[in-house]
Amino acid sequence: MRPVRFNIHPKEADITEAIGMGKAPDGVPGDGFFATQLSSVVGLARKNSLWPLPFATSCCGIEFMATMASHYDLSRFGSERVGFSPRQCDLLMVMGTIAKKMAPVLRQVYIQMAEPRWVIAVGACASSGGIFDTYSVLQGIDQVIPVDVYVPGCPPRPEAIIDGFMKIQDLVGQESIRRRNSEQYKALLNSYGIQ
Amino acid sequence: MSLNNEMIQEKLVAKFGDQASQFATSYGMLSFESPKEINLKVLQFLYDEPGLGFTFLTDICAVNYPDQKGAELVVVYHLHNLKENIRLRYSVSTPLENTDVYTATKLFESANWMERETYDFFGINFVGHPNLKRILNVDEMDYFPLRKEFPLEDQTRIDKDDEMFGRG
Repeated sequence: MRPVRFNIHPKEADITEAIGMGKAPDGVPGDGFFATQLSSVVGLARKNSLWPLPFATSCCGIEFMATMASHYDLSRFGSERVGFSPRQCDLLMVMGTIAKKMAPVLRQVYIQMAEPRWVIAVGACASSGGIFDTYSVLQGIDQVIPVDVYVPGCPPRPEAIIDGFMKIQDLVGQESIRRRNSEQYKALLNSYGIQ
Repeated sequence: MSLNNEMIQEKLVAKFGDQASQFATSYGMLSFESPKEINLKVLQFLYDEPGLGFTFLTDICAVNYPDQKGAELVVVYHLHNLKENIRLRYSVSTPLENTDVYTATKLFESANWMERETYDFFGINFVGHPNLKRILNVDEMDYFPLRKEFPLEDQTRIDKDDEMFGRG
C-alpha cells in the first residue's frame, strides 16, 4: 500500500463556488456610481487588458506557446491579442537565451515601445544567462533593459509564467499614474542609456 | 573498380610525394595532412582528377593544439565524393605567429562562410577571402574564443561562488 495517494478526498465540483468576483478598489459606492481614484480605475483597466509582445527566442518560447494554448489559457487574463509590433504592446515578455549579438536588437525593441511599458524576463537565460555562462550569451537582460518581474525556471512551467504574469498585473494595478514622469524613473532609464 | 582509400592514398603520394603525409584511417575515413602552402593545389587536385572527384566541401573547421609548438592551429577540410560516397579529411597546420592560409573560396563557394566562422573562433587569416569578418560573434570582440587560452565563461560575472565550481 503506497504511503501517499493522490487526491484521496476528492471534492465535488460546485457551480456556486466556481464563480468568483474580483475585488473592487477602495472607493465610495453609490446608487449607480462608484467614486474612486483615477489611478485605481486606470490600473484596473490596464491590468486586465495587457497586450504582451512575446520576444520568444528559445525553449521558454515553447513554454509560452503552451501557456497561450487552450490548456493554460493566458487570454483569461486579458491578453488574448499578442502583438509583435512594439508600438502597440504594453508588456515585453523576453523568453529565451539572448546572445550578446542580440542585445542591441532587444534594446531597440524596448525603446520603440510606448509608455507605459513593463518587462518580464521569463526563464533562467533571460534572468541571468542560465546555464550558458559563456562568452556569447548575455548574462541577464537587465544588463540592457530594466526588468519588472523575473520568472525563474528552465523552462518555467506554464503555471509559473502565469504566476509571473499575475505579479505584473499586481504591479500594473497599483502603479501611480505619475510614475513615468518621476525623477526616479528617469534616472533608471538614464542608467541604461535610454532617454 | 570503385574508389577506395588505398587508391586515393596512392594517387596523392604519386602526385605530391612526401608532402602528403600522416595517412590514417579512423572509422573508415581516410585522413591526411600537408604543409599549408600547397593546400589549394591539393584541393584542386582532389577536385579535378578524373578518378578522385571530391567536389563537395562538407566542412572547414580548426583545432587548437597548444602543445604542438609551430603547428598550434590546424585547419581541417572535410571533403566528400558524391558519386562514390567516399569522405576524406585533409588538414593543414599553421603556427600561432603567422596564421595565413590560402582561401578555398575560388574552388568552393561554401568555403566563404565556413572560413569566416573559422576566423571568428580561431583567428586564422584566410588570404584572398572576399569578406573576412566575424560572422557569429559580436563584431567588436577582440579575441578568438575557441582557442584554448581563452576561458569559456563570461568574465563579467561577479556573483559566482568559487566553492561550487571547484575553484575555492
